[in-house]
Amino acid sequence: MNYLDTLLFGVYPYLALAVFIIGSWIRYDHGQYTWKAGSSQMLRKSGMSLASNLFHIGILLIFFGHLVGLLTPSWLYEPFMSAGTKQLIAIVVGGFAGTLCWIGSLLLLKRRLTDPRVRASGTTGDTLVIAILFVQVTLGMLTLIPSMSHLDGAMMQQLSKWAQSVVTLQGNPAVYMEGVDAIYRAHIFLGMTIFVIFPFTRLVHIWSAPVEYLSRRYQLVRRRG
Amino acid sequence: MSHFIDRLNYFSKSRVPFANGHGETQVTNRDWEDGYRQRWQHDKVVRSTHGVNCTGSCSWKIYVKNGLVTWETQQTDYPRTRTDLPNHEPRGCPRGASYSWYMYSANRLKYPMMRKQLMKLWRKARSLHDDPVQAWASIVEDPSKTSTYKTQRGMGGFIRSSWDEVNELIAASNTYTAKTFGPDRIIGFSPIPAMSMVSYAAGSRYLSLIGGVCMSFYDWYCDLPPASPMTWGEQTDVPESADWYNSNYIIAWGSNVPQTRTPDAHFFTEVRYKGTKTVAITPDYSEVAKLSDQWLNPKQGTDAALAMAFGHVILKEFHLDNPSEYFTDYVRRYTDMPYLVMLEEREDGRFVPGRFLRASDMSDQLGESNNPEWKTLAIDELTDDLVAPNGSIGFRWGQKGKWNIDQKTGDDHREVKLRLSLKGAHDEVVQVGFPYFGGIEHEHFNSVKVKDVLHHALPARKLKLADGSEARVVSVFDLMIANYGINQGLGEDDGATDHNQIAPYTPAWQEAITGVPQDTVIRIAREFAETAHKTKGRSMIIVGAGMNHWYHMDMNYRGLINMLILCGCVGQSGGGWAHYVGQEKLRPQTGWQPLAFALDWTRPPRHMNSTSFFYNHSDQWRYEKLEVSEILSPLADARRYTGSLIDFNVRSERMGWLPSAPQLNTNPLTIATRAAAAGMTPQEYTVQALKSGEIAFAAEDPDSPENFPRNLFIWRSNLLGSSGKGHEYMLKYLLGTRHGLQGKDLGKEGGPMPEEVKWHDEVQEGKLDLLVTLDFRMSTTCLYSDIVLPTATWYEKNDLNTSDMHPFIHPLTAATDPAWEARSDWEIYKGIAKEFSRVCKGHLGVETDLVTLPLQHDAPAELGQPLDVKDWKKGECDLIPGKTAPALIPVERNYPETYARFTSLGPALEKLGNGGKGISWNTDTEVELLGRLNHRHEEGSNAGRPKIETAIDAAEVVLTLAPETNGHVAVKAWQALSDITGLDHTHLARSKEEEKIRFHDIVAQPRKIISSPTWSGLEDEHVSYNAGYTNVHELIPWRTLTGRQQFYQDHPWMRAFGESLLVYRPPINTKAVAPMLGKKTNGNPEKALNWITPHQKWGIHSTYSDNLLMLTLSRGGPIVWMSEDDARDLGIRDNDWIELFNTNGAIAARAVVSQRVMPGMVMMYHAQERIVNVPGSEVTGTRGGIHNSVTRACPKPTHMIGGYAHQAYGFNYYGTVGSNRDEFVIVRKMKRIDWLDGEGNDYQQEAAK
Repeated sequence: MNYLDTLLFGVYPYLALAVFIIGSWIRYDHGQYTWKAGSSQMLRKSGMSLASNLFHIGILLIFFGHLVGLLTPSWLYEPFMSAGTKQLIAIVVGGFAGTLCWIGSLLLLKRRLTDPRVRASGTTGDTLVIAILFVQVTLGMLTLIPSMSHLDGAMMQQLSKWAQSVVTLQGNPAVYMEGVDAIYRAHIFLGMTIFVIFPFTRLVHIWSAPVEYLSRRYQLVRRRG
Repeated sequence: MSHFIDRLNYFSKSRVPFANGHGETQVTNRDWEDGYRQRWQHDKVVRSTHGVNCTGSCSWKIYVKNGLVTWETQQTDYPRTRTDLPNHEPRGCPRGASYSWYMYSANRLKYPMMRKQLMKLWRKARSLHDDPVQAWASIVEDPSKTSTYKTQRGMGGFIRSSWDEVNELIAASNTYTAKTFGPDRIIGFSPIPAMSMVSYAAGSRYLSLIGGVCMSFYDWYCDLPPASPMTWGEQTDVPESADWYNSNYIIAWGSNVPQTRTPDAHFFTEVRYKGTKTVAITPDYSEVAKLSDQWLNPKQGTDAALAMAFGHVILKEFHLDNPSEYFTDYVRRYTDMPYLVMLEEREDGRFVPGRFLRASDMSDQLGESNNPEWKTLAIDELTDDLVAPNGSIGFRWGQKGKWNIDQKTGDDHREVKLRLSLKGAHDEVVQVGFPYFGGIEHEHFNSVKVKDVLHHALPARKLKLADGSEARVVSVFDLMIANYGINQGLGEDDGATDHNQIAPYTPAWQEAITGVPQDTVIRIAREFAETAHKTKGRSMIIVGAGMNHWYHMDMNYRGLINMLILCGCVGQSGGGWAHYVGQEKLRPQTGWQPLAFALDWTRPPRHMNSTSFFYNHSDQWRYEKLEVSEILSPLADARRYTGSLIDFNVRSERMGWLPSAPQLNTNPLTIATRAAAAGMTPQEYTVQALKSGEIAFAAEDPDSPENFPRNLFIWRSNLLGSSGKGHEYMLKYLLGTRHGLQGKDLGKEGGPMPEEVKWHDEVQEGKLDLLVTLDFRMSTTCLYSDIVLPTATWYEKNDLNTSDMHPFIHPLTAATDPAWEARSDWEIYKGIAKEFSRVCKGHLGVETDLVTLPLQHDAPAELGQPLDVKDWKKGECDLIPGKTAPALIPVERNYPETYARFTSLGPALEKLGNGGKGISWNTDTEVELLGRLNHRHEEGSNAGRPKIETAIDAAEVVLTLAPETNGHVAVKAWQALSDITGLDHTHLARSKEEEKIRFHDIVAQPRKIISSPTWSGLEDEHVSYNAGYTNVHELIPWRTLTGRQQFYQDHPWMRAFGESLLVYRPPINTKAVAPMLGKKTNGNPEKALNWITPHQKWGIHSTYSDNLLMLTLSRGGPIVWMSEDDARDLGIRDNDWIELFNTNGAIAARAVVSQRVMPGMVMMYHAQERIVNVPGSEVTGTRGGIHNSVTRACPKPTHMIGGYAHQAYGFNYYGTVGSNRDEFVIVRKMKRIDWLDGEGNDYQQEAAK
């Protein structure tokens, strides 16, 4: 285990999580008017319903796929399926969602770079976010290639252990990254970087996803202060 | 405390359902709601307005929050009107509502700034010379030094300076200029005092104290209609907009009411609910056309033809065939129609109209010993006697009690009924010739060829004159009938007998010229006159400046003025001439003048008419292509009217008709010393020196360095970004910097050279040594200046504001202190005055200045040369100052006391009184009151004098001295007028005698002014303000030769130029297109189109045209409108970059292709700032210009007439005007879009298809 591995996969995750959580908190408390999705749909509607929906459906599936896939302890699913089966499900569902997201983010990236109105009113951060997401989805799709060559689920389990080790504070999770293919490393590194830039960009709108809308009552009133 | 922690309430009972679970009450943090509450919270609301020349004069609420102005909304607390009239409020428009954007924008000027090259020179010179004046001399006496900064004007490069540094430099420059060349080489340009009277007065007070020159603006802007002084002897007087509501028939002629009189337009709409018909006459489909019941679109520039056809119908049907009793009585009492005009016999036995018959022509002078040559005559129908009725100008001066228009004779006070037509009472019928210009061919305008002189058969009387000769006289009534082309049936006559005949001035004739169907013309004329007949004059014409911007504007304007007078509409509520151009109505004028021109210390001030000034000193005359022969009447003796246009201006100046600046070709501060050495008074000395040629008028050699204007102050103005006709000439000659001028001067091009002016083949460019501009924003003018001074915005200063559109006076008040290092105009000039008083010591002390003063209107000098024009320089008469030449007046100036005088009210008010428009009154009590109100200086040379330290002190001076805001003064003023008219007028102000309006009163609420004799309308509980009202209802004469509204202009020059009566004249040929057409091609097709520059939709002149909010509403930069047909011919599509150019310069802008515009013209809203979104011109190689880059001023000799009753000079009252509508430009699509900034945004535009 070398120093670089420890830095990138042992220390950096905590750095990223710290920036992600503390940064979000500070921004939420001190930049309420900046807490927004910053949609540019009103500047140009054409193509947005396709691009935005493809992207968001894809990325939501990927997000929950990663959440469940990486953080579910192996004893929880082993009674029902083998690691290989789980990997296969991940490849199929992830591949499908990844394709949607890849097409969507490509369209959005193109729109952001070429549409003069969107470009003029956007910030560097807006361009950065969609560019990174596009690269990340591309990298994610590329991981399918090495995954196909070892369908036993071992690599998947190893990465799960890394992730679980990070969130459960096991100490030096970088050991689990030994021998992991470069493409996975790049994907994971960039993933953590997304957490780092998260509080500084429009990504904060994820915190405020209007999930409550699914169960809200018809009339909401607020009590006087 | 923390939004995040407040969200952590999952386990608290934060949600209580109600209504069976359909709703729920939440307990959440509600701090975010404060954001919405604070959005409209503010700390205070302050009353102010916009000091912009829009006539709106709207009172606004300025909101201040945390020490910053946040926004503004319309005030709604104007005093109510009468019960039968809609109220004024709310007033305001989107332009005004966007103003606060400027205050904290990047365009805001924040610090005093100086051009880098000048600063380097100055700091170096200051390190070498302890004396700032010597330091300045070391710079300006070295052309290699001055060229380093003069050539950089307009090229950027400002550096932040300090108030101490700029004040010292300005003071040094002024001192040096006054000492070396004369104080009249220090010029100040600031327009429209009514917008912010104290700010104007600040600069003009400083200049007047040191002997500098205040420049006019109303004439330069071409908003002054010379037709008004010609007809009424009045600069301009118009109804307030509320009076529109009293009208029964309104023609909006070239006035785009909803767009350019936005806050007043509601009256125009409201009156339609009473059944009033509204007619729009505009060449384009404008907003007012959309609003009105009917739209007539005469070809642009041919309005006079339409007006004459209207007049033809009115005269024939309502004065001859079936006379309206009301009209006949009105014209008999209130016009010159009954007055007699002598005929001049020509070689062929026919006649031409000459001058008015005068009492001096008759034996015994008809009993009139006082000014008999200024008393006009008519025939009394009751006795058939020749009489000299009251009220002609001769009764105004030298005697009292008979200057009124009661129908009585002057000598024995007998009732008279003046005879209108001599038909039936004539001795013989004579053939009288009238000039006809409608046959002049013009490439772009239709003509109707008839012959150059039309002859009509007129009834004439034969009279025996005092000298024994026999004269034939006709009445103006008969001249008018003939002049409008009506055949009275007395013999051989070129006039028409039927409306359908295509003979001059019939409806059918006008159709051939204007394109308006004759039936429509006949119908509108009948409706207009019929309404006036039934309502006793409630027909109105609202007119805008556009029609006044043609070279022959007098014809357009007199055309519609005649219609109104013939229908008895002038001076009647709901009727009359509603000419709205700029905010010219400075209601407390006579209170303001002493402050503004330092009349409380020295008189007279130096005034100059700007059109002549800029024409001379920016050398536009060197390119004059309009020949006098082109505009002379075919009946004139061409040998007497030779030379170039500037020759007429020079003659006019030396005969005392127009002012001059700089005045003489010598320093006027040195004359007294030279006179003393010669043992003469300064006046005697100057007279003999002028005669001997030792001294000459500066205007006779404007290109000689001793006659250059040297220092120029510009404040409250964007001279170089807006009003500067001949913009590129100014850049070249006055500034000496990069310009786009394309033409060649007369020396190179050939052409009639001036006779009276010395010609230099080479002219030194960059005549101005120092250009100082005060502004709150970085305007085009600022960019061309040497020093830029940051002034307070309209929300940061205390000042006064009035308009002609409503009767209120209301303030600008400081909502916040001036931001950054800005100062109010008052404080800026006070600072300069203080520094000047220090710096001038050792160079200037107590000096005697010799001021030349032209023959002033409303003063005895207006009785100049009564019968003929004689030029002393040609030996035709003696040089008599104040009679045949300007008055020559020594004025003592105490230069080191300039600051002490600036800040105190001087003693001349007690000594000489106060007044205006020909009357004066004692004002001791007001000065005494000011001493108590403003307190008095306790020590120094001004000890005991009332203080004028602050802008509010200055405002109190205006309000206390003016009859409009001080009831006591109003009564005194009416009494002063009563003495002259012999009728009691004081009842007009008695009810308000105890009323005094102070500054804090108008801060509380706008106040209605008090009626005063300064104005011809009344402001009381019974009538709305309407011009001419007191003439008609109080029998106060119009200030004309006859004392009546004058159709006939008998001055020799008026006759020579064919405009003694109304005629149609096609636009002149400026010859600016032909030398350029096809010569500088870029491959795209070219076409010459008429250059029309109306008022803006998204700005007020140049203000707001660089305001982000207004730019967002329009297209974000300069635009030019053109018709679909012309665009198709030129391969131009909407929003293409196009270029417009001629010999004067070039403009680059985007095209708006619209059905609104008729083929043959392009329209550019005037004064769009060239500092936003303007690429380089392909023609000039420099950045595209402003709308005036393609214009050149072209003065008209008839506007130079002076010393002749109503045709006498007054500041902004009479004089040459800067017309520009006759201009044509070449239009084509641009090829290369070059931003001249090297930032890689340049591109090629697709070629025209």
